[in-house]
Amino acid sequence: MAALTPISRKPMSLVLPTVAAAGGFFGLFIGTANGSGAMGVLIGAVTAVVLALVYINVLKNEPLSKWINIALFGVLGFLFGGIAAAIIGLLYGWFIHWFTYWLYEGRYRARLLPYLTPGQVLWHYSFRVICGAIFVFLITPVLVVMPLSFNAQDFFTFTPEMLRLDPAGYSLKHYQDFFTNNEWQRSFKNSLIIAPIATVISVSLGTLAAIGLSQAHVPGRRAIMAILISPMIVPLIISATGMFFFYSQIGNWLEATLGLNKTFVGYVKVVLAHAVLGIPFVIITVTATLVGFDRSLTRAAANMGANPVTTFFRVQMPLILPGVISGGLFAFITSFDEVVVVLFVGSAGQKTLPWQMFTGLREQISPTILAVATILVGISILLLATVELLRRRSERLRGMSPS
Amino acid sequence: MSDSTQSGPMLAADGTPLKKSLSRALRMQKIRALALITPLLAFVLLTFIIPIGQMLFRSVENDIVANTLPNTVIALQDWDAASGEAPDEAVYAALAADLYVASNAKTHTRVGSRLNYETPGISSLFRKAGRKAKKWDVENDGPYKEKFIKIAKGWGDPNVWRTIQTYSPKYTNGYFLNAADMQKGSDGAEIRPESERIYITLFKRTLIMSLAITAACIALAYPVAWLLANLPSAKANLLMILVLLPFWTSLLVRTSAWKVMLQQQGVINDVLVWLGIVADDARLVMINNQLGTIIAMTHILLPFMILPMYSVMQTIQPTYLRAAKSMGATNWTAFWRVYFPLSVPGIGAGSILVFILAIGYYITPELVGGTKGVFISNRIAFHISTSLNWGLAAALGTILLAVVLILYWAYDKIVGIDNVKLG
Repeated sequence: MAALTPISRKPMSLVLPTVAAAGGFFGLFIGTANGSGAMGVLIGAVTAVVLALVYINVLKNEPLSKWINIALFGVLGFLFGGIAAAIIGLLYGWFIHWFTYWLYEGRYRARLLPYLTPGQVLWHYSFRVICGAIFVFLITPVLVVMPLSFNAQDFFTFTPEMLRLDPAGYSLKHYQDFFTNNEWQRSFKNSLIIAPIATVISVSLGTLAAIGLSQAHVPGRRAIMAILISPMIVPLIISATGMFFFYSQIGNWLEATLGLNKTFVGYVKVVLAHAVLGIPFVIITVTATLVGFDRSLTRAAANMGANPVTTFFRVQMPLILPGVISGGLFAFITSFDEVVVVLFVGSAGQKTLPWQMFTGLREQISPTILAVATILVGISILLLATVELLRRRSERLRGMSPS
Repeated sequence: MSDSTQSGPMLAADGTPLKKSLSRALRMQKIRALALITPLLAFVLLTFIIPIGQMLFRSVENDIVANTLPNTVIALQDWDAASGEAPDEAVYAALAADLYVASNAKTHTRVGSRLNYETPGISSLFRKAGRKAKKWDVENDGPYKEKFIKIAKGWGDPNVWRTIQTYSPKYTNGYFLNAADMQKGSDGAEIRPESERIYITLFKRTLIMSLAITAACIALAYPVAWLLANLPSAKANLLMILVLLPFWTSLLVRTSAWKVMLQQQGVINDVLVWLGIVADDARLVMINNQLGTIIAMTHILLPFMILPMYSVMQTIQPTYLRAAKSMGATNWTAFWRVYFPLSVPGIGAGSILVFILAIGYYITPELVGGTKGVFISNRIAFHISTSLNWGLAAALGTILLAVVLILYWAYDKIVGIDNVKLG
């Protein structure tokens, strides 16, 4: 969008106060941490201004001054607080130097429209900072659990050793606990049994129904759609309560009349409950893929003598496959994450991973939860990447078909 | 031949009238579509809709009194509760006969605990009387009135008899009255005394906190959605990962992360203490209260607000804003009069979705809400698994479900459920 705006050097009367403010802001944190906020602000502001003046007026060599600045603050940090502080120092050194030149050379205007007033430019960047803060809010909780899961202590917080980046503060013992503890392993296995079966049920039924729903003439489509999406909308606690009563009757009946094994019946109950919960996601993703589906392709196939089944598997299925798979992944993660319904419907034999985590969190037993959490974040990153790739592939496929 | 085609109705290739043939084709199409949908629809109806309907039915179902004490219920019909006196011997004799059967079938304690929800203390009356009644020779052991009152004084209390009479019909609105903090008094429904009102407070709190969470989500999601919609798509896709990663991350992982962050020895408090903003002995209490629930749930539901807003904002042409500005509007006027009205559908879609999800949340309030930050769902779970007052749980659930379904209907009207997008 940006027209290339000519940039020019800015006067020192703009650069110095802004740099001083940035330095002071950073100094405030260091200062309050060491006892005196005011001193921190003063020292931060003064160093920033002095260094800016030296680099701009005396050194006049941007790459060289950059490395000098990074090294300077890195060494300062190391002297004050060891390796961790040195890393912060390096980052700050890089930032304050970049910031100085960014202002001085007027680079901040390069990507903006030339006619913007200074106020608009300021708002533009403040807005970016606000958005950045919101992104930090979104992502921090997910990131914080990762380092904590390597904690050598049984604490839910960072120990001084960890902050010093001392290797002794880190260990894999929580992971070891997860992989050796029977209870965690059993619940993990239960999750791995229940989720795929529930996914297969909801994907196969859901895909068929989505294809049915996307036909041109479906009587009562809105009502049917509303019923099929409702498992996503009805509060889980209500679904869980309803299923609790219903499935205990069904379970008793299965055990009494068909003489089925109690554990088996338990799995059946949880699988069916999870399959229902996954269905809305399959319906939503598959119908979204079918919206862009070119109907003349099936007609062309029929024209060339293919029967409906062949048409479905050879023409329609490959094209909607990305949507089906991402619907399946949604259904999988729904079941893999689900705790309320399994808490009510399942019995101890069907304890899943989320259930185990839930009890762990309620009773505050072990930081193994954080190790599990990190593993689960890893799994979700994998799933997210897969879904993203599939979405792109689907768009490419659809782009190929004339619409 | 040619005559008939011109004067008569138009014919299809096989000689049937075209209209008929077309309508048959249409019917076939409809049947095929329904045949594809039916398996799933049947599955959802059977494993989801029926269980919920059954649960809702529990909120009015009350056949236990009439089934266990059939003779007493009939005998009590003529008794006037307003008289202020215990019923006469005939009723006691009927009760003795019923209790004899019930205590041998061991069902008398269940009636006792059912009636105990309404008038505390009845449960023990039934237990005590049941123990004795087991050994009675019902035909000849009368008169029973004194016997019952000798077992426990409560059997002479007209209040107890009024409760039995009130709850003898097969259906009751008692659970709903309970759920609305009311009770059946001597003359119709009345509001409970101040100290016993909990559910109205809980409903109000659930609504207010859900609204606060929705508002917080709007405030945080709007700038992000705007940024994502206005950046070049390569950058926007990259930033989108930051939104989608929490969305894909397990709910329990995010809740435990917030527990780690918010607790008194947690990350946020540690940072604040280290910076000297908060004294070490005055660490902020951010968990096990309403604040904790609001923060954690805002984070958890934020992607559900960003995604609908983003998809609406993507369709707003940036040229509109430029046109407004070129005609002399200030930045603010251009945004407020042009962009904002166009983005309202996104706000509406996101808000209803977030509100629906928030109002029924269970896990997060349970883990980070303490006692002050819990929702109505937590109370429902309590009644299902701990107090075993299933009828009351069902009544509370019905009210909650009604609210959600009204919102769902509104969402369908405004946005259309087929327009929900995931990622």
